Amino acid sequence: MKEPLKIWALFACIAAFGAESPFANLTPADLARGRRLFEAQCAVCHGIDGAGGSGANLAVTKFKRAADDAALVSVIREGIEQTAMPAAWWMSERESVQTAFYVRSLGRAQMAKVPGDAANGKAIFEGKGACASCHIVSGAGGSLGPDLTEIGARRSPAHFRAVLADPAAALPEDFLMVRIVPRSGAGPEIRGIRLNEDSFTIQIRDLSGGFMSFRKDQVNLTKQHGQTPMPSYRGKLNDTETGDLIAYLVSLRGEP
Amino acid sequence: MKIAFIFTLLTITLSADEPGNWLTYSGNYAAHRFSPLTAITPANVAKLKPAWVYQVQDSGTVETTPLAVDGILYVTEPPTVVTALDGRTGRRLWSYRRTLPRDLHTIGFGRVNRGVAISGDTVFVGTLDAHLVALDAKSGAVRWDAEVADYHTGHCITAAPLVVKDKVITGISGGEAGIRGFLDAYDAKTGKRAWRFWTIPGPGDAGHNTWTSESWKTGGGSTWVTGSYDPDLNLIYWGTGNPGPDWNGDSRPGDNLYTCSLVALDADTGALKWHFQFTPHDDHDWDSTEIPVLIDATVRGRNRKVVAMANRNAFYYLLDRNNGEFLLGTPYSKQTWAKGLDDKGRPVVLPDTSPTVEGTLVWPSLQGATNWFSPAYSPITKMLYVAVREMGAYYYKGEAEYKPGTFFAGGGERVLNGDRARGLIRALDSSTGKLKWEFPLHSPPWSGVLATAGGLVFGGSNEGNFYALDAATGKSLWMFQTGGDMESNPMSFTVDGQQHIAVAAGHCIFVFSL
Repeated sequence: MKEPLKIWALFACIAAFGAESPFANLTPADLARGRRLFEAQCAVCHGIDGAGGSGANLAVTKFKRAADDAALVSVIREGIEQTAMPAAWWMSERESVQTAFYVRSLGRAQMAKVPGDAANGKAIFEGKGACASCHIVSGAGGSLGPDLTEIGARRSPAHFRAVLADPAAALPEDFLMVRIVPRSGAGPEIRGIRLNEDSFTIQIRDLSGGFMSFRKDQVNLTKQHGQTPMPSYRGKLNDTETGDLIAYLVSLRGEP
Repeated sequence: MKIAFIFTLLTITLSADEPGNWLTYSGNYAAHRFSPLTAITPANVAKLKPAWVYQVQDSGTVETTPLAVDGILYVTEPPTVVTALDGRTGRRLWSYRRTLPRDLHTIGFGRVNRGVAISGDTVFVGTLDAHLVALDAKSGAVRWDAEVADYHTGHCITAAPLVVKDKVITGISGGEAGIRGFLDAYDAKTGKRAWRFWTIPGPGDAGHNTWTSESWKTGGGSTWVTGSYDPDLNLIYWGTGNPGPDWNGDSRPGDNLYTCSLVALDADTGALKWHFQFTPHDDHDWDSTEIPVLIDATVRGRNRKVVAMANRNAFYYLLDRNNGEFLLGTPYSKQTWAKGLDDKGRPVVLPDTSPTVEGTLVWPSLQGATNWFSPAYSPITKMLYVAVREMGAYYYKGEAEYKPGTFFAGGGERVLNGDRARGLIRALDSSTGKLKWEFPLHSPPWSGVLATAGGLVFGGSNEGNFYALDAATGKSLWMFQTGGDMESNPMSFTVDGQQHIAVAAGHCIFVFSL
């Protein structure tokens, strides 16, 4: 265990929840088992520390989708429809409770405040950083990049810091830039973001926002894995500005 | 009635004599999924267009293979609905809708059905609550209803039954619920059970010693995909599923017979003639319930009657179908679990390939290099066409405690998806397993293929593409975007003398013609 003291304190705290909680009567061995299960099966989306990735940031004290501990166990067992969160149907009941027990511990272990001035961060987002030219927040902004209205619920401050310095470092799994050249040689090279693809066709949005559709046997298609039109902010924003911007991003939880 | 049964047997066996009908799940008893129809060809398939579309009545995935009898299609809809459709227009003639118990749960699979069987004027369907029901083909009225097993313990039927002479053969699902698997035969006229073959041998039976203590009682070995039949040998060939629990084999040391096997049974008595186990002591959920395809092949210079199977474990096998002798086994997709097969066909398993708590990366994924969806065999090209899933997965080992009617899995997986996985249609030389051609798909498919005497192979994709390939070369010749994901097998039939192709996609059944 990385931080035995902290985890022990947390265990004592959770054990005090009493008989109502599915975590009543669990032991430190259950917590350790939950951690092994989490790191093997959940961390790929939620991050090894639970601070988010393609999946939600779980290092929080309140979950949007699980009002209480029993609901958290249900989410693990049943998944969340219309999202990438699968049902861990293969876990035994005990294993899902152990995993939930560990997930609950993540938020209690990491309640550190994010430094930075979110209001100033918002000004940078909309002004100097020009982030809003490509990203929508609460309905306003450009549509080239992903909607960031709820991004603070899914990503950690550390993730924001890494992406601002090197945007290609943590692209969403289904994000793909493509380069397309018609085989006929009739048209110019087109660059864009893949919107959809099947075995025979591909649909993209080009960098000016236009929709285009191609038959794959009529073009030379290059998939540009690891590429993104988002610029690096390394050297463009100073440490204070970066901290403020991160504080703003963390505050974006889709709540008014 | 007797005359009708014999008539159906003959027509299924000799379906080349009745090319416009599709009388059994895989098209013929040899499970070729091959249509003898020749009107649609590589030269004209570009003109193929939808003739009609039927939208199913409830939500859920449509996995049915329609049967076609003299212009009428008999299809199943999710969860357990049987419908007769006018093949000319797609208009419904009747539906049988089963009221399912509220406490019914399918464990490890969706609420699907893959099709019916037909004999004379009776249609047979297996139900999600594990009954076998006989329906009047003219009206959908119930003729008889037999309980095959108790659904409370995770028993369930999704496969199409197989009619053999005067019996209806049905498999059972429940391999993730710790059932003890079996294959059943029922009298087609009365619904009375004629025989049961237990895929997990009980005390005193041969093979029982491949289980430890009580583990055989929850040993799995489901029979959830329709098998094939050789009328000359009077043998039924049926694949069996994974041992239980799936990914944690600690409680069941031994080979765990007859899981992950092919069994050859006397059609009249259900007696075991021979068995071949593809994956002894499986802990990756590699059911061997794939379609056993009966072909004549020249193996090492000798003409043999063989059964071919592209197995979920990524090897292609040829067995002598008279005695089960292993003739050939060769990988047809990426695999990282076996060094190869020994001269008896037993895999030489590599170390450190079993599931762990941390996860063990192995190809293929637990869904296998192929799965329940059908391969096709063309007696013209002598190629076996297989829809291949080339995908790895991290296998997890977990706890497994048997509680009736709940998951008894002992682990799971996380697949390597996206651009790390691929799907393909592969054409194998059926005598050698060697690759003749391959056609790439955007993702690992859940759809099977149909081969035709016209020289085409039809297949589907997860992204809704229904397409035709040249059976000889794999060249893409035609494609239609159905707008729904495809988890089904195509078939072909005639109405008004014209060849049609039918396939389920999304919530629809599409029928195409020139």
